[in-house]
Amino acid sequence: MTALLDLSGVTKAYPGVVANDNVSLTIQPGEVHALLGENGAGKSTLVKMIYGLVKPDAGQMSLNGAGYAPADPRAARAAGIGMVFQHFSLFDALTVAENIALGMENAPPMRQLAAQIKAVSETYGLPLAPHRLVGDLSAGERQRVEIIRCLLQEPKLLIMDEPTSVLTPQEVEILFKTLRKLSAEGTAILYISHKLEEIRSLCDAATILRLGKVVGHCIPRDTSAAEMAEMMVGSALKPPQKAAGPVGDVLLELRGLSLPPASAFGMPLRDISVSVRAGEVLGIGGVAGNGQDELLSALSGEAQVPAATVFLKGADVGRLGPNARRVAGLLTAPEERLGHAAAPDMSLTENAMLTGAARQGLERNGLLNWGAARSFANQIIADFDVRTPGPGNAARSLSGGNLQKFVIGREILQRPEVLVVNQPTWGVDASAAAAIRQALLDLAEHGAAVIVISQDLDELMEISDNFAALNEGRLSAVRPAAGLTVAEIGQMMGGAHGMEVAHV
Amino acid sequence: MIRLEKRPQPSRQMALATPLLAVLATMVFGGLLFAVLGKDPVQSILTIFWQPLFGEFAFYYRPQLLVKGAPLVLIAMGLALGFRAGIWNIGAEGQYIMGAICGAAVALAFYPLDAWWIFPLMVICGGLGGFLWAMIPGLLKVKFGTNEILVSLMLVYVAEQFLSSMSLGLLKNPEGYGFPGSRNLQQYASAHNAEIIAGSGMHWGVVAALIAVIFAYVLLTRHRLGFAIRVTGEAPRAARFGGVNPARLVLFCLGASGMLAGLAGMFEVAGPAGQITIDFNVGYGFTAIIVAFLGRLHPIGILLAGALMALTYIGGDIAQSQLGLPAAAIQVFQGMLLFFLLALDVLTNYRLRFGAAEVA
Repeated sequence: MTALLDLSGVTKAYPGVVANDNVSLTIQPGEVHALLGENGAGKSTLVKMIYGLVKPDAGQMSLNGAGYAPADPRAARAAGIGMVFQHFSLFDALTVAENIALGMENAPPMRQLAAQIKAVSETYGLPLAPHRLVGDLSAGERQRVEIIRCLLQEPKLLIMDEPTSVLTPQEVEILFKTLRKLSAEGTAILYISHKLEEIRSLCDAATILRLGKVVGHCIPRDTSAAEMAEMMVGSALKPPQKAAGPVGDVLLELRGLSLPPASAFGMPLRDISVSVRAGEVLGIGGVAGNGQDELLSALSGEAQVPAATVFLKGADVGRLGPNARRVAGLLTAPEERLGHAAAPDMSLTENAMLTGAARQGLERNGLLNWGAARSFANQIIADFDVRTPGPGNAARSLSGGNLQKFVIGREILQRPEVLVVNQPTWGVDASAAAAIRQALLDLAEHGAAVIVISQDLDELMEISDNFAALNEGRLSAVRPAAGLTVAEIGQMMGGAHGMEVAHV
Repeated sequence: MIRLEKRPQPSRQMALATPLLAVLATMVFGGLLFAVLGKDPVQSILTIFWQPLFGEFAFYYRPQLLVKGAPLVLIAMGLALGFRAGIWNIGAEGQYIMGAICGAAVALAFYPLDAWWIFPLMVICGGLGGFLWAMIPGLLKVKFGTNEILVSLMLVYVAEQFLSSMSLGLLKNPEGYGFPGSRNLQQYASAHNAEIIAGSGMHWGVVAALIAVIFAYVLLTRHRLGFAIRVTGEAPRAARFGGVNPARLVLFCLGASGMLAGLAGMFEVAGPAGQITIDFNVGYGFTAIIVAFLGRLHPIGILLAGALMALTYIGGDIAQSQLGLPAAAIQVFQGMLLFFLLALDVLTNYRLRFGAAEVA
């Protein structure tokens, strides 16, 4: 039997880095093939070449035994390859059917297309009403739009890039049923992820990349997650250690915090009440877009909140701005590193000044002490192992993981009493992520209260003492993290968001 | 094929080199333009750049450089503060007019009283006039989210109407035989913005421009407010996260640029111009926008750009009268300068690559 897709010796170099070095990969029809690797291992470059977005420098690709060299994504789609990206490209203000029509070469009349969408969605257990506005859909439903857009082209190979990062565990189950059904019908799936348990339950084969090279193949069902992780990273990882320190007084308390949405498709915060004690790590889970950013800006002081809703050590800080809250001991690190936590084109010294000015004594009477800021930046770089030539380099010249270490380090070194971080290890490689988690745990051990907002449930279970979930701007009841089952967490996150499976 | 490739960080050398390259390119293409018009290109370029500085009548033109350059630098310095933060005050011309009217009105109110405090009071009121005029777009933006570009620009035309009303009405010279225009402040010693050193062109506006440059330099490099301005321009969300209050910043930037434009107007009416007339304003407020960008919104750059702009004005005048170059050609020449600067700007952030393009 001929392989569906065969890559041999594919190489792609960018200035200063070889993204793919002599990579070979074979996918059989109907196979669910996992592509595993850390950030920067070359997974994205490889699938971009298959999808015609990037041209390889060397090597051969063949599809069904014939040579395959797509000039652009249109050619790839015509050859029967579909791709669902991690970040959706959908217009909020258009309906599902209109969004799908936009991505098609020759869109049929709207009524006919709606019927097709309905047919495909029912066949594959992906219920979706063609006339709904995309802006009103949950993240899981939006992903369905992207998947159905691909399925309408009847692909032979479907590429999925980190599809579960925006889903609740229940939604993941629904997606996996669909993917298994597709595979049973002969559609091959190339599945990119770094969530090892998912890969073990779904995939038939796995190819592992590290630094652009294939470092191993395995059958995920017969390989343990630890073994796969070791192949990905190249060495065994030390899980973060937490000393169960004594839990002290309540440091931060929210009482009935509500906040109207900042924009038309934003999420309001609804009646959030929670308290965090000294030495405690509170994990807040939830699917993206359920109020995480809004909660962080209400805590950082960027958003104006009503009086008597946010209390720090018993004092109402709700009307204070970001710097007054920093002085009081409440520090934050937002999710978006470039443009929010740091100014991309400014140097690390300047970015150290950005949040450190008030608390680190970097300014006096409004005059800035750049020498002190530079040594603060140098201290962050040294203590948090930030890989950069020096503090004079622009923030955007750092890799995601290094910049994240800088941002988290900048806040931790200011000795916060309460630290709130949003997605602290998003897009960060495994060893850097472990270092960041350890730093957060150390901070709690020294008596700070830490709130970690994250969409990575494994991360939250690993470091939190207590767990709550955001769903539609509401915070669930807080429960001890130890002993929570995946099903319980899923329910706290809002279950399947009303996405019941169509019975086929 | 020529391709652009993004640099990992902006190139410092290029940021310094592009203004010089832009001036060179303007000389080359301006020379071509003059050649097409039938003039000797080398002679024309020399007339514009050399004559005012080192020519036969340089003793007359050199002071003119200061007189023309000072208001440009003063206004551009204020505008640059706002432009750095992404706050676009396009109405400096209007603030310049209002500053001149307020400053002159104070002097005329006390005429012919002889007192040392009249000129300082004019300075204060001139700055205040520009400041208040700029507060209109500022407050409207902060309270109602209006667009400061449109509001400040429209207010230029309001100020121009106000200027003609004043020179034909309230401020008209009662001994002026019915001609429009106010009394000439050059003939009122207490209000005259005289040259500090006779024949040098150095009046108090030049001093104010230099002080503004130094002040802005310190503000931008050493002070929290200047840092807030720079972060807001680079990444508004990061600035908010860093504790910058955007509304206060809008008011500060518009207020500061309005005040400096008002001062420029006041120094002009009390010195080189002498009186409020219908055609008192000659476009300094708009040209200053070019000066601000030509100087890369940097205090030292603006100082040099103001000098260069003044040079092309004066040199252009000489070229018109001596070589008979049309005024439009001189304007095209000045326009080229801004065009080349902005076009070459791309080299700061991008690198040129020669060779076939590839899919990427």
